[in-house]
Amino acid sequence: MTGPFETISSLARQLDARHVSSRELVEDAIARTETLNSTLNAVVSLDKPGALAAADQADQARADGAISPLLGVPMLHKDIFCTRGVKTSCASKMLADFIPPYDATVVKKLHDAGMVSLGKCNMDEFAMGSSNETSFFGAVKNPWDVDRVPGGSSGGSAAAVAAGLAPLATGTDTGGSIRQPAALCGITGLKPTYGRVSRYGMIAFASSMDQAGPMARTAEDCALVLNAMAGHDPLDSTSADISVPDYSAGLEKSIEGLRVGIPKEFFSSHLNDGVAATVSAAVKELEAAGAVIVDVSLPSTDLGVSTYYVIAPAEASANLSRYDGVRYGYRCDSPSDLQDLYLRSRTEGFGEEVKRRILIGTFTLSAASYDQYFMKAQQVRRLIAEEYQSVLKDVDVIAGPSAPSTAFVLNDGSKSITDMYMEDVFTIGANLAGLPAISVPVGLVDGLPVGMQLIGSRFGEAQLLNIAHQFQIRTDWHSLTPDLEGLTG
Amino acid sequence: MKWEKVMGLEVHLQLSTQSKIFSSSATAFGADANTQTNPLDMALPGTLPVLNHAAVSQAIVFGLGVGAEIGKVSRFDRKNYFYPDLPKGYQISQFFEPIVKEGVFEVPLEDGSIFPVRILRAHLEEDAGKSVHDAIPGHTGIDLNRAGTPILEVVTEPDFRTAEQVVAYLKALHALVTYLGISDGNMSEGSMRCDVNLSLRLKGETKYGTRTELKNINSFRFIERAIHVEAERQQDILESGQSVVQETRLFDPDNDETRSMRSKEVANDYRYFPDPDLLPIVIDDETIERIRDALPELPAVKRGRYTTELGLSQYDANLLTQDRATAEFFEACCAASKNPKATANWMLGDLSAALNKEGLAIGGCEVTPEGLGSLISRIDDGTLSSKMAKTVFEGLWAGEPDVDRIIEDRGLKQVSDSGALETIVDELIANNPAQVDQYRAADEGKQKKLIGFFVGQAMKASKGQANPQMLNQLLKQKLG
Repeated sequence: MTGPFETISSLARQLDARHVSSRELVEDAIARTETLNSTLNAVVSLDKPGALAAADQADQARADGAISPLLGVPMLHKDIFCTRGVKTSCASKMLADFIPPYDATVVKKLHDAGMVSLGKCNMDEFAMGSSNETSFFGAVKNPWDVDRVPGGSSGGSAAAVAAGLAPLATGTDTGGSIRQPAALCGITGLKPTYGRVSRYGMIAFASSMDQAGPMARTAEDCALVLNAMAGHDPLDSTSADISVPDYSAGLEKSIEGLRVGIPKEFFSSHLNDGVAATVSAAVKELEAAGAVIVDVSLPSTDLGVSTYYVIAPAEASANLSRYDGVRYGYRCDSPSDLQDLYLRSRTEGFGEEVKRRILIGTFTLSAASYDQYFMKAQQVRRLIAEEYQSVLKDVDVIAGPSAPSTAFVLNDGSKSITDMYMEDVFTIGANLAGLPAISVPVGLVDGLPVGMQLIGSRFGEAQLLNIAHQFQIRTDWHSLTPDLEGLTG
Repeated sequence: MKWEKVMGLEVHLQLSTQSKIFSSSATAFGADANTQTNPLDMALPGTLPVLNHAAVSQAIVFGLGVGAEIGKVSRFDRKNYFYPDLPKGYQISQFFEPIVKEGVFEVPLEDGSIFPVRILRAHLEEDAGKSVHDAIPGHTGIDLNRAGTPILEVVTEPDFRTAEQVVAYLKALHALVTYLGISDGNMSEGSMRCDVNLSLRLKGETKYGTRTELKNINSFRFIERAIHVEAERQQDILESGQSVVQETRLFDPDNDETRSMRSKEVANDYRYFPDPDLLPIVIDDETIERIRDALPELPAVKRGRYTTELGLSQYDANLLTQDRATAEFFEACCAASKNPKATANWMLGDLSAALNKEGLAIGGCEVTPEGLGSLISRIDDGTLSSKMAKTVFEGLWAGEPDVDRIIEDRGLKQVSDSGALETIVDELIANNPAQVDQYRAADEGKQKKLIGFFVGQAMKASKGQANPQMLNQLLKQKLG
């Protein structure tokens, strides 16, 4: 029997060697999920029959000579990806009973690569949140400390991988929703370049920034999965028609001489001291591996959060208009007229944070505030993108913390909404500029994981994965795991 | 009248693409409710629009057809509002940067003159679905078959002053889009829908008054009526010293009045913003030229050619270029008749009268252009008199295809053989000496009247088949 914390690459070797079958892996994963999920609340739906059937198929395919590094490996999808015949809720009451008649392209691609989907992960409602507390199905607990949040919005995915429910979960990242929970849960999470992975079938939050990516134990695993996820999709006009390199091929390259930029704005007053020291130590490790550390500046960093919180809610306000109680999804009881149907279906079907952002977006797009807010935010977005591009002409990657602090406690009444929005201060830039970024575990502060973020040039995922892998060869932070004993019952 | 109407038009044209503008669903009219829909048309979560490039090409064709500038880079925007037939809660449209920019469209008027209409813009957008009020008792149903049908919305400057100009513009626009094959322009099926923005001002005034928008008027007749009724309403308001409210109004043909739909003051703020799901449409010069080269001859060019090369009047040229089917019939008919003027006369005379009587379109009758053309050539070569030609036309109308066959079957051949005519005339003179003497004694003026007797008798003798010109000539010669 394999342990809970195996990597995809290790499982693939054991499957190839017939030390274990996909069915055994899937049965183990289901058993672990059934044991731990009552505590973690990381998984919102388990598709046992579907997963077991897919596992048997994978075992048969392998027996028939099929070779794929992902064949038969169990995984979980964030509940934002449409899965044909399997409930897809986006953690909202609005879609609590929604069963899509189609698969998201990401779901299809990973299925085609032979991965076995176990079910769906909890998340912040419609991916709006940084703590996974906005889910209609309740908060997710951080496996490192169940009194703390796992981060968000891909908090269920991060907690599931951290607790060993599966070696991979998909996530989506609009303002940091892969990287911040990856950091807070001590796993590796990659947000690819905007357009690298198809958005088809991924429930939209902010369409100009939403991007899907892998959340796994190692950079090596992220590379394997990105190979299968990436590529042009005729169903998504914004997906890039650029060939997909083999992300695994360049992992072993030396990073000698690579230039790593450290923006001074990332080590500002927003940053917790322990996190700052831990990330700085990780940067030293990169230097020891031959990287050249360069001080750089991204002066508009502080404008990122406000810019993002104009653009993302604006897009969301339109994206979420389709949830009107007319065709599918939640509908209020016995509406008296059309206005009442709209009003109560949306009032009752959406949670507080979602409604807040719809209102913000509706306001910033209104004729009276469009120029002042939406237009201005688009201009600042361009400015921020230009700053990143200019810095990335001088350095190969930008490095810094993924999040301002380690995991914070659940239901922290002292944290205001804007405090919560500041969780994204370091991650948002990559979304506004459409750049790829990865978060890797770089240590613990008071027993809680810390993540370092590496941001690269457009379509520079291979380089990010190479650096992250080289770091992980030299360190063991990614191998640290939470104590599962404390999680049962 | 001291008041002047000022009108601008917004015409929604459904483009004739096979599939919808952002999905692969079919666009055919009249299918069972919701059978032409897919997850995107129903706005299921996670679905994304993919642009149908056929719609883009048709928009470019239109732009070139009205001599407008084509936007090299145009974009799609979201127009946000809630309505049950609008599944996404926003319509994908082009607000900031339309695909077709300014142009001038030449509209032929009844009197043969040309009325230039300034086109402000034309933009691509998706149609909405339909609310169905009679399918489920006590409920409103939604049919999304039409949702996502490509629309080109053509917006003019406020250049219209009379209802006649508006109708002429709409007819010319209809002719253009059917010529170009980019829309069937069928008003009763909603493929061409018209909104009229109307305001009044005192004659001589340069500022515009407050306008109302008349929505979705679905026939040429109703448009004229709606304009009249709304102008009268506004005039009454203005003359009683009150102000017109800017609002959308609906024409009710049954009660012959316009009714307020919603006031623009409390209407939606559409919150337009660029649609992040779609890339800008970038059109290079090469594409524009390729499309230009493939364009059919435009109505305006045809009109010019018909008057200068074929010698038709402007009036006839306007009528013959009113729609593509008529022009194509005319040109095929000319090819057979070699007589454009006579062809125009037959088409706008007997053929048009017969079509109107039966309520048919030109393609809907049995008369072929080749048939009518050969009829005309049989007149020109003297085989048929104009009276006989009408009988032959009746045969064509009844579905007999071959003109010569009709002539033969009916024994209609005109006697143009001078020998045969001479025999008839000689017999006539010999048998009517008194009339001959009377004729010979009369002055020139009287002779003109008296010759009628001989023509009538000769026609009778030839059973109406004598060639009248030849007969006249022969009689004058033999009597004189």
